[in-house]
Amino acid sequence: MASSPLISSKQKLIAISCVAVWIGTLIIQTGLLIWFNFNIRLVILDTLISATTITLACYIITNNLNYYQPRKERYFYVIIWGLCLAAIALAIDRYAIRYLVSDKSYLAFLDLSIPIRYCANGLIIAWVAIIQVLWNTLHDQKENEQRKADAEKLAREAELYNLRQQLQPHFLFNSLNSIIALIGRKPEEARNMTFQLSDFLRGTLRKDDQQLIPLKDEIEHLKLYLEIEKVRFGHRLETVIVMDNCETCLLPAMILQPLVENAIKYGLYDTTGQVKISISAKKEESHLLVSIQNPFDKESNKPHKGTGFGLRGVQRRLFLLFGRTDLLQTHHTAHIFTSSIKIPQI
Amino acid sequence: MIKAVLIDDEPLARSIISEYLTSYPEIQIAEECNDGFEGAKAIMQHEPDLIFLDIQMPKINGFELLELIDQQPAVIFTTAFDEYAIRAFEKYAIDYLLKPISKARFDQALKKFLDHRQLKSTNEQEQTKKMVETMTANSALERIVVKTGNKINVIPTETIICLEADDDYVKLHTANGTYLKNKTMNFFEKELDPNIFVRIHRSYIVRIDSIVRLEPFEKESHVAVLTNNARVNVSKTGYAKLRQVLDI
Repeated sequence: MASSPLISSKQKLIAISCVAVWIGTLIIQTGLLIWFNFNIRLVILDTLISATTITLACYIITNNLNYYQPRKERYFYVIIWGLCLAAIALAIDRYAIRYLVSDKSYLAFLDLSIPIRYCANGLIIAWVAIIQVLWNTLHDQKENEQRKADAEKLAREAELYNLRQQLQPHFLFNSLNSIIALIGRKPEEARNMTFQLSDFLRGTLRKDDQQLIPLKDEIEHLKLYLEIEKVRFGHRLETVIVMDNCETCLLPAMILQPLVENAIKYGLYDTTGQVKISISAKKEESHLLVSIQNPFDKESNKPHKGTGFGLRGVQRRLFLLFGRTDLLQTHHTAHIFTSSIKIPQI
Repeated sequence: MIKAVLIDDEPLARSIISEYLTSYPEIQIAEECNDGFEGAKAIMQHEPDLIFLDIQMPKINGFELLELIDQQPAVIFTTAFDEYAIRAFEKYAIDYLLKPISKARFDQALKKFLDHRQLKSTNEQEQTKKMVETMTANSALERIVVKTGNKINVIPTETIICLEADDDYVKLHTANGTYLKNKTMNFFEKELDPNIFVRIHRSYIVRIDSIVRLEPFEKESHVAVLTNNARVNVSKTGYAKLRQVLDI
């Protein structure tokens, strides 16, 4: 989860804290002990040992915090752990100095100063731990914000894509071009096509994704689309629509559109010669069954590549609406591609 | 007389161009074509000075068509919507017309062509070639079009067994036969999917699925046996690449 620059910046913070603690302790303790007029050799030895142990304690606690970020109610454990570390560091100090130093008066002073040393250790550890926790929290917050911004951006892009997909710029511009070509020689047809195009666009924009509509309406909308394609490719597009006693069956609005677009894309745009696209619907038990067939050229197309997005979108919608992944099926023979869709009738 | 060829899969889209062209009596339409195949044939037959070319067409698209032609005419693209292609046109093409096409914009493109014709820049062909390369380079190479005499073949890359260097050409060995393409080995090495096609030798690129087995050959060198029973030398660096891709 944490990215590598974050880890390295955490390590950097730990290193800086530890060095600061070591140097700080060294300077302050040396100063204090010299103030009390102790032998300089003893002072340096004592200071080095205690600075090193407290630095180690700080290193341990910051590393712990790095891997384990306590929740609010768990800060208690951090305090106990800090106090323990302070005690351990002090104990090591004391025994090390006892082992290395034989000056009785200095040892007496050492025992006398234990409570003060303990407080100092505890404070240093608390200070380092607080910095670490604050810094981690800040970073998590930043990361969360970044994630949220990323998610929002993604959602916006998806929405935009959908919108663009709905408007189908290719289809729209090509149709307009056809209308312009018709205006001069066949003004009546141009007028017709303009109406068809506006009806189609209106239908596309009005429809709500969640809404269930009768098959008859969905087919009417598809017919508009196919009529326009016929004007563009009239000489070679033939469509057959068969509804077998299921005009009133309900299906999600615009669910067939991507499948027909797909059939047009691979059947018409990518082949030459006559093209027959057939849509047939029938009712089977509690399902509405619609299958769409188009010819395709296996030579120049891989049927599954590129057909992806439209079909995936349909699959996804069906899953969101009915919670099933087996409602859309495609198969192809050498020259015919068929997509079949099942809509449960509730 | 200026000869022009119109290539678009929509009859109405062609009719608007031919209608606009009536105000240019010096330009004569030699042929109108329904798809890339017809287009390529018509260009070879008529050797036009100018073509109007749609991009999205059945069988082979506009760019693939240009790849097949030796003597490039001036090209004016006509297309509906393709942000990506438009960037390429701006850089290289004589001009491009966005559908729906207005007469004013059409006249502007024609003026540009006619002016251009007088100057007749020599790097025009180079420019078009470059454009075709940019356009094909950015879409993963999935099929290759080759011209054998007057026949055009579309070869899906998945049917290729191996590619062999042959002077200025590359031989494409497929299950259905061998084709020649005037491109370099480096071009194919760069454009074909490196996880599927590996350059195993200075003169060979193989499809890894078509390797039946690898046999040691002489000292430190190997030979690959392919599905069509061909035996192909594998160089030392080629063998290293192959091991990397096959994870052995």
